[in-house]
Amino acid sequence: MSESVSQERKISPIFLVIVLVVLALSLIAIYQGIEAYMNGDASGNLFITMGITTLALLTYMVFQSRRRVLRLAGGMPMQPITTTMQCSKCGFKNVRDFQRGDYIFKETEQQCPKCNEKMSIAAIYREVKEKRKEAPFG
Amino acid sequence: MITPQVLLDGFASDNILGWIIQMAFFLVFVVFMFYGQRIQMYIMVREVEGSLVRLRLMRDEARKTAIDTIKELGKPQDDPTVRVDRFLEYFALSPVALDPAGVIWRLEHLLDLEDARFKADVKLMAPQADETQINNLEMTLAVANNLNIIYKVMRHYYILGKKTLSLYIIMQLQMILPLIMREAEANASGLKAFTLGQPIGDGAGALVAAKLMHGYEKTKVEKDIVVAKVPFEGRTAYILKAEGPGANVGKPGEAIKQIIEQNNGKISLAVVIDAGLKLEGEKPGEVAEGVGVMIGGPETEKYKVEEEALKHKVPVNAIAIKEDIGDAVSPMRKEIFDAIDGAIERIKRLVQERTKEGDSIIIAGIGNTIGIGQ
Repeated sequence: MSESVSQERKISPIFLVIVLVVLALSLIAIYQGIEAYMNGDASGNLFITMGITTLALLTYMVFQSRRRVLRLAGGMPMQPITTTMQCSKCGFKNVRDFQRGDYIFKETEQQCPKCNEKMSIAAIYREVKEKRKEAPFG
Repeated sequence: MITPQVLLDGFASDNILGWIIQMAFFLVFVVFMFYGQRIQMYIMVREVEGSLVRLRLMRDEARKTAIDTIKELGKPQDDPTVRVDRFLEYFALSPVALDPAGVIWRLEHLLDLEDARFKADVKLMAPQADETQINNLEMTLAVANNLNIIYKVMRHYYILGKKTLSLYIIMQLQMILPLIMREAEANASGLKAFTLGQPIGDGAGALVAAKLMHGYEKTKVEKDIVVAKVPFEGRTAYILKAEGPGANVGKPGEAIKQIIEQNNGKISLAVVIDAGLKLEGEKPGEVAEGVGVMIGGPETEKYKVEEEALKHKVPVNAIAIKEDIGDAVSPMRKEIFDAIDGAIERIKRLVQERTKEGDSIIIAGIGNTIGIGQ
């Protein structure tokens, strides 16, 4: 798994060259624009605007490509699975983390703290907490 | 302030940078005119590449999980890696459909062969695993096999598109990519459930039947199905599900057929409960009713029930517990678990409305019964 991710993490030389060239051009444009503006030349505004816009787009592009790598490396987050044990006599419930070997309707060795009856597994599920707000149609 | 005059001055100036920028614009225009389609294709190829990397990660993770689980549960003497790699490349051919007569039985024979072969291979890989663990390992390997196939098919079309520089192949691949990735991620998220033996969303139907038959005597029928004769709302209900807690789906169609025949066709109602795919916008755990045989998979079992129901004029009703494709193979959500009681109330209402006291009915809980006892 790490070999594929590390391959993706390596920066392509062509990408690096493009980034450096564009960065240099945008910095030169900003510098030239400021110099022209200081000398009273109105076209300096154009160069400053172009330089800043190019710099912003470049930054966005770089961040997007890095975010893509992080997204590839990360897996799908899974909510914790809980096991609910219930006493068949008094209905007492106990919730704990899932353990290998658990299954629904399994009779466990654990005794009910209230009536000492053996407890069985009544439920195993995960709780999903919805983050985003509901859209008008769902 | 940027005015049209300023713009014109900028382009017409003797400034070297101005010339460079002017030439760059011209060059970009020419490049986009002649190579626009190819640039578009490279952008799409890059997107497909990213998804392929993700698919490969999932496949490798599934393979590693399968090998580690086999070593842990089965305690084999030899390294199972070679056998697992061989398993990942298994395929099953579909029967000839040109002459459709008898295709159901030929398909069933192939599916039985596939199942027997898988089980035998898993037993060789994990000699010390018990029956429940073998069933779970079988599902784990099946998921790894699925992920391997998805990755390989995607990679095939990706390489083909790149080799032939065909925009249309790459475009089609890019268009179906979100759906493919969704299915692959669903499979990957279910992997842990199978290795640990956790109940999955697809087991909703089986859980309904398990709740109804819990505490009553069960008998095992063909194949891997348990049946309990239970008094239900004044009727005699034959409640059946696949035998848990291993990852089993059994042959519920065969079991329903046997029960109808044993009762000489005198079954007033058959209710089949299964997980159903929800549409976007619907909530997981919603319960819907309908008519027909709600058995998913290759349809051999569905065919058997339909034939038998037609022969003896048995009404078949369906109850669907709605969920996402991802939820179906992932550990069971609370919403789906909570929907079980709602489904049972629906069955009660259906039975009260459509049958009379003293009748015999069938209630079949369909689904993978991993993590669900009885």
